[in-house]
Amino acid sequence: MKKRIFALVITLSFAMLSLAACGTKETADGNEKFYIGGIGPITGGAAVYGQHVKDAAALAVKEINDAGGINGYMIEYRFEDDVHDPEKAVNAYNTLKDWGMQILMGTVTSNPGNAVKEETYADNMFMLTPSGSAPEVIQYDNAFQVCFSDPNQGMASAQYIANKGLATKVAAIYNSSDVYSTGIYEKFAEEAKNQNFDIVSAEAFTDDSDTDFMVQLQKAKDSGAELLFLPIYYEEATLILTQANAMDFKPIFFGCDGLDGILGVDNFDLSLAEGVMLLTPFAADADDAKTQKFVEDFKAINGDIPNQFGADAYDAIYIIKAAIEKSGVTPDMSISDITDGMKEAMTQITVDGLTGAGMTWEATGEVNKAPMAVVIEDGQYVSAE
Amino acid sequence: MSFISYLINGISLGSVYAIIALGYTMVYGIAKMLNFAHGDVIMVGGYIIFTFMSTLGLSPILSVLIGIILCTLLGLTIEHIAYKPLRKAPSLAVLITAIGVSYFLQNMALLIAGAESKSFSSVISVPPLSLAEGRLTISGETLVTIPLCIIIMVSLTIFVRKSKTGRGMIAVSEDKDAAVLMGINVNKTIAITFAIGSALAAIASALMFSTYSNLSSTSGAMPGIKAFVAAVFGGIGSVPGAMIGGILLGIIEIISRAYISTQLGDAIVFLVLIIVLLVKPTGILGKKIQEKV
Amino acid sequence: MKTKILNVNKSMGSNLITIGMIVVAYTVCQTLIATGSMTNLLKNLLVAMCYYSIMAISLNLTVGILGQLSLGHAGFVCIGAFVGAFFSKVTISTIENTFIRFSLAILIGALSAGLFGVIIGVVVLRLKGDYLAIVTLAFGEIVKNVINVLYIGIDSKGVHFSMSDTASLNLEEGGTVIVKGAQGISGTPRNSTFTIGVILLILTYLIIVNFINSRSGRAVMAIRDNKIAAESVGINITKYKILAFSLSAALAGVAGVLYSHNIATVQSTKFGYNMSIMILVYVVLGGMGNLRGSIIAAVLLTFLPEYLRFMRDYRMLIYSIVLIAMMLFNWAPACINWRKNHSLKSYINAVVRMFKKNKKEA
Repeated sequence: MKKRIFALVITLSFAMLSLAACGTKETADGNEKFYIGGIGPITGGAAVYGQHVKDAAALAVKEINDAGGINGYMIEYRFEDDVHDPEKAVNAYNTLKDWGMQILMGTVTSNPGNAVKEETYADNMFMLTPSGSAPEVIQYDNAFQVCFSDPNQGMASAQYIANKGLATKVAAIYNSSDVYSTGIYEKFAEEAKNQNFDIVSAEAFTDDSDTDFMVQLQKAKDSGAELLFLPIYYEEATLILTQANAMDFKPIFFGCDGLDGILGVDNFDLSLAEGVMLLTPFAADADDAKTQKFVEDFKAINGDIPNQFGADAYDAIYIIKAAIEKSGVTPDMSISDITDGMKEAMTQITVDGLTGAGMTWEATGEVNKAPMAVVIEDGQYVSAE
Repeated sequence: MSFISYLINGISLGSVYAIIALGYTMVYGIAKMLNFAHGDVIMVGGYIIFTFMSTLGLSPILSVLIGIILCTLLGLTIEHIAYKPLRKAPSLAVLITAIGVSYFLQNMALLIAGAESKSFSSVISVPPLSLAEGRLTISGETLVTIPLCIIIMVSLTIFVRKSKTGRGMIAVSEDKDAAVLMGINVNKTIAITFAIGSALAAIASALMFSTYSNLSSTSGAMPGIKAFVAAVFGGIGSVPGAMIGGILLGIIEIISRAYISTQLGDAIVFLVLIIVLLVKPTGILGKKIQEKV
Repeated sequence: MKTKILNVNKSMGSNLITIGMIVVAYTVCQTLIATGSMTNLLKNLLVAMCYYSIMAISLNLTVGILGQLSLGHAGFVCIGAFVGAFFSKVTISTIENTFIRFSLAILIGALSAGLFGVIIGVVVLRLKGDYLAIVTLAFGEIVKNVINVLYIGIDSKGVHFSMSDTASLNLEEGGTVIVKGAQGISGTPRNSTFTIGVILLILTYLIIVNFINSRSGRAVMAIRDNKIAAESVGINITKYKILAFSLSAALAGVAGVLYSHNIATVQSTKFGYNMSIMILVYVVLGGMGNLRGSIIAAVLLTFLPEYLRFMRDYRMLIYSIVLIAMMLFNWAPACINWRKNHSLKSYINAVVRMFKKNKKEA
């Protein structure tokens, strides 16, 4: 036993030494390039979101570099895995810092974002999260969001349902172990009190029991709901649609941007998604040239049809570019100076991206853009307006 | 009426747990190891069947057969590489290795199949049964799963009790060293157990993904744990126990979700488990452990 | 479980070596930090290594010394983490002194985890082997699920609880939500430092070693080795089992407090059976009953996934292969033979012999 322990110690100290040795890299001065880092889950259960962000951002970086960079400076881009875990996200952040990151495009999900924001705030590093939608992620003035915040989505959904008179009795199924889902649902329930419809049934599920929704659906059905609100991600939504169909429950299904991607699920029976409505800033089959080019290019590198996470990340890189151009910061400045310049520029720029035209930002970090309601018809998104 | 509908729903979920638990309990009973990778073998089985059925367009029955064969081979390979060398190691060491295998299978599936989840089409084409003027529907999957589960349980019990190999398995599970003296090839017996367990995993994956169609690299983990709980619930090592445990677990889960709380369904399942084990410390059908002085 | 458990109860020497190792590692790290040659990643991992080591040695008390398999250790860590973070957030404006506040948080976290240890211990410790394992797993999952739907807020009227959502807390204007369901507790003061981590690790180590060498510890090991014999010489089995189990739980709670004060946000979903199993991996890999081994394994396995980042997408795959390979290396008969013939010690001995020989000749 002793021998083994000894061998372990030796291995460990070698490993430590080698890491300590390569940690002396100095990048703060004399940089010729912008170092942009990304953080998100590329392994584990949430991998699909992180992988889309990683590849879409890489695509945007390549386009910008091919077109001559930002103000003539090239971008170095690196993405680190956080397995959707706050602790690992901080590790990823530090790995990127060692690499020389000056600007953070991340995190992909909210809980890791809550941990990383403390680090970026302490370091005064500019942080733009593509899809970390909890309002707490942008608590500090150095952090900005590309996506809508969760409460905004809940509010917008409730108002949309009421304004269009879609239903008077509404049921909801949400994921109580997910920050995104509870964030939207809570605001939705709060706003529903001011609107002309009632929530007749609100049932939850958790990540550990996200396969069988019969009970939740049965309750929604028994309550006589005309509309089922689904502030969840599309993987679970495919199961809910299948199971609702099996029990002959056919309300209006209404979701948020998490449902985007449902048309891309391999082998999913699209007829089940017929008539599903969702508020989303991005639709992969929109017919503008910009979206189509993005979808084509993305498919070439990733193989899948990009979901809204990918679109947010693609926009994020272009937003960073716009902010850099507006502020005129250069890679040889200190991280803190870059951040101060960029956060001021953020409130002045207007960006036309895949996820919205004319996006502007508040100093709080929130984005102003119009959510778009779409309805699925014949396996395609159609504007619901 | 809604109670009956929840009950049927519970039995349907429970029969999926039961069929996974059968694999767990076989391996535990004979090899005395908790095969934490069992749930992931099911996930792999799902991908195999999906590939042959939906991507290559083979018939469902043929795809499931190929799934069974490939899963059996996978199970044997895992056993040979990762578990067999550790036959004399403490049981915990094997447990950790099984966890390593589980991580390995998950990450391998993620790399090969990608992170985007797949929607599994049902391998079962039995039409749903409609009762009480359509107020109660039993899905075709449930109609097939429950009888199939019973058939498997009965044939496994007969196999273990009557066949020579089966009795060899009992001998190995009771006393490995004595079994060797009786001329039983322990390694071969354990390998056969793994083969049966993995074949069962393939059948379980066909049934599970037919009912719950979402297939991704992590979709075997939680059903695996729940089935493990079901196996303990019924008395681990006991074949009928696994079946009873699985179905009870499904019913408790659905009923507590329906009448107590949808958020705390799992917590209640685990609470009931603790209570059952306190009353019957070796599970519902478990054998009493004799303490030797 | 009864196979080859190392005798921890060796001597002061062994303990001094372990503490010496920790101190040396600490000094080396501090020097590296002072000279600015340590990476940000490693600097940040140091605290994590401390709390994972504490988790590992505390679980070793249950698994290695008491001889009971527990798959719910993360549940105790979770309780410690949440209670500690809750306390710190509530008292952040009333107790100004960070040291006093953090010490109290650790104490309260440890006590509440220990309390749950007693409760669980009383209920489940009469189960055996895998049945005990599954009940502890169930306990861990219950803790995770309940805290996941727990909402706690504070206003001038006092503390409000809810199991559904923020709105049902009925907080008055100006009240703050502290525990927020799936989002857990965020904004905990980040009081954990490497120095505190190391001090706590050494303290935990000393507490466990002291316990093992005490009368109670010997009783506990007697129960592990032969329960019936222990009972027949009049050892109160239940009492000692619960004692060891709740001590292990309380120390896990300490690790939890350290965890929640290291990264500013803590969610219950982190503390599922996956984490329990990870801690168990440290214990098994380090050797059951071997505290030093647990610490080394925890440090090494915390470090490994980060070190493998250069593998990009293959990182976790490689990690799993390394895990399997290490287990095979440790336990497979072929590897054991190979190690006997090629151990580092034999090489070192050979070198030392050569050296001595040269010296004599000179």
